[in-house]
Amino acid sequence: MKILVPVKRVPDPATTIRVLPDGSGIATDNIKWVINPFDEIALEEALRIKEKQGSGEVVLCSIGQAGWQEQLRTGLAMGADRAILVKSDQPLDSLAIARILVKIINDEKPELVILGKQAIDDDSNQIGQMMAEMLGWPQATFASKIELADGRCTVTREVDGGLETIAFPLPAVVTTDLRLNEPRYASLPGIMKARKKELKEIAAESLGVDLAPRLKVKRLTAPPKREAGRKVASAAELVALLHSDAKVI
Amino acid sequence: MGDVLVIAEYQGDRFPKTTLVAVNAGLELARKRGGSCLAVVAGEEVGALASELAKYGVARVIALENPALKNYLADAWAYAIVALVKKLGVEYVLATATAMGKDLMPRVAARLDAPMASEIVAIGEDHTLIRPMYAGNALATVEMDGPIKVVTVRATAFDAAQPSGSAAAMEKIPAEIDAAALKMQFVAFNQTKNDRPQLTEARIVVSGGRGLRSGENFKTVLEPLVDELGAAMGASRAAVDAGFVPNDLQVGQTGKVVAPELYVAVGISGAIQHLAGMKDSKTIVAINKDPDAPIFTVADYGLVADLFKAVPEMVDEVKKLKHS
Repeated sequence: MKILVPVKRVPDPATTIRVLPDGSGIATDNIKWVINPFDEIALEEALRIKEKQGSGEVVLCSIGQAGWQEQLRTGLAMGADRAILVKSDQPLDSLAIARILVKIINDEKPELVILGKQAIDDDSNQIGQMMAEMLGWPQATFASKIELADGRCTVTREVDGGLETIAFPLPAVVTTDLRLNEPRYASLPGIMKARKKELKEIAAESLGVDLAPRLKVKRLTAPPKREAGRKVASAAELVALLHSDAKVI
Repeated sequence: MGDVLVIAEYQGDRFPKTTLVAVNAGLELARKRGGSCLAVVAGEEVGALASELAKYGVARVIALENPALKNYLADAWAYAIVALVKKLGVEYVLATATAMGKDLMPRVAARLDAPMASEIVAIGEDHTLIRPMYAGNALATVEMDGPIKVVTVRATAFDAAQPSGSAAAMEKIPAEIDAAALKMQFVAFNQTKNDRPQLTEARIVVSGGRGLRSGENFKTVLEPLVDELGAAMGASRAAVDAGFVPNDLQVGQTGKVVAPELYVAVGISGAIQHLAGMKDSKTIVAINKDPDAPIFTVADYGLVADLFKAVPEMVDEVKKLKHS
């Protein structure tokens, strides 16, 4: 089975994010860039499906600047077969990203698209669902279990108050939640092999899709800072203060 | 122009607080954009629910009915809601960023070819909206172009709508569905057994982290405190990752965002991702044996102690308080 895994480059989740004083963005010096952790889970799942089926192809796709090759090489080292980098220097909104990916999907014709439920930089949680609608495909967001059989897909989803199971025919879009799997590390032979794998670059402007952003970020501000309160010496003092001072119990 | 359509999510025969929050945000957005706030309840037979919602200050409620809408499924609901949006001619389509809202609204936006702002926390006067990015470490002021815009709201950022004392008109509209275009099938919903308040509705939340060391300790150490306080139980991502508790208890950037009157963090170090989900709580308590744990930088009351000793003591103290 051919599986497409869209991945995004984001700041390492352990990085402290600082908003620039002029509100134009975040400070990017000293940031370590990684594959969005949920996309890494998506890649792991795609690799496991390929390994279980004994055949197939896992294709990575990312949209961004030339420097993003580094994260695609990491994904190739984990085991993806090849990668596509759609190059764009301008800010793109979710609709434009989804349109670009749909164009790639129409060219590549994968049976399954797996990606993270959200990118941990913009926290939008939109791309998978938008692609599914544009393609007229079924979608399963927040997947914690994916089962494939006879051209059908059954997904357990992490929803409010429990687990939901839905089923649908392929092709389809699935977005990953935390507990789907634990991604592997790239092995040394994997890293060596990745250097020889195909990494194709395409200019976003050459795809013939509408890239004009309809959602614009005008400025960023730092959120109000919460001040640390007081230390207490014992559970008894804590409960007494919660009762008499904070009046919450 | 300026009209807002609120997608009203329900659980059985009731509206959770998160839905009333969407109604209130919809009313505020309509007021600031000079339009009316409408609401839609979608399902198989939802007339009674729609009549109930009509009491919360909206201008009009639509019961959008079709047997294909019996269980929530993204493709059928997006199809029916987009057809309704086009019929009504509203400028904004709005829902709360619950699991359903997050799943549905981007699909609605794509079908409308409309931009979408996720999890807004405030509405500007100048056609802007405010939304958090980077786990809440930045607040973005965003602006959307186009005749229709899609919005989800963060449940903790707005108050719940209150009954207005009168009822708006309720209208039943059969939903347009092209059954041939629908491919998704509902199989089952396994509800987590839980007699406690829901995380997003509770006045008090007690959360455990990796410091609890096991799922068993969540039961024997944390749960007595949760129940003594009548609280909802939450967990850090580390505790979920370690398999101590199910993911629907996760509080944080990639889990639920809560803002109760009292949040008690037990054995939670306070990673950025966790703080993103609870730092707007009114009063924060942290219990951790590491005095340098980041959680103490946001806590109103910090207790540096071994949780296995401090939590049972706290349970005893709360019991004493109740009997005094």
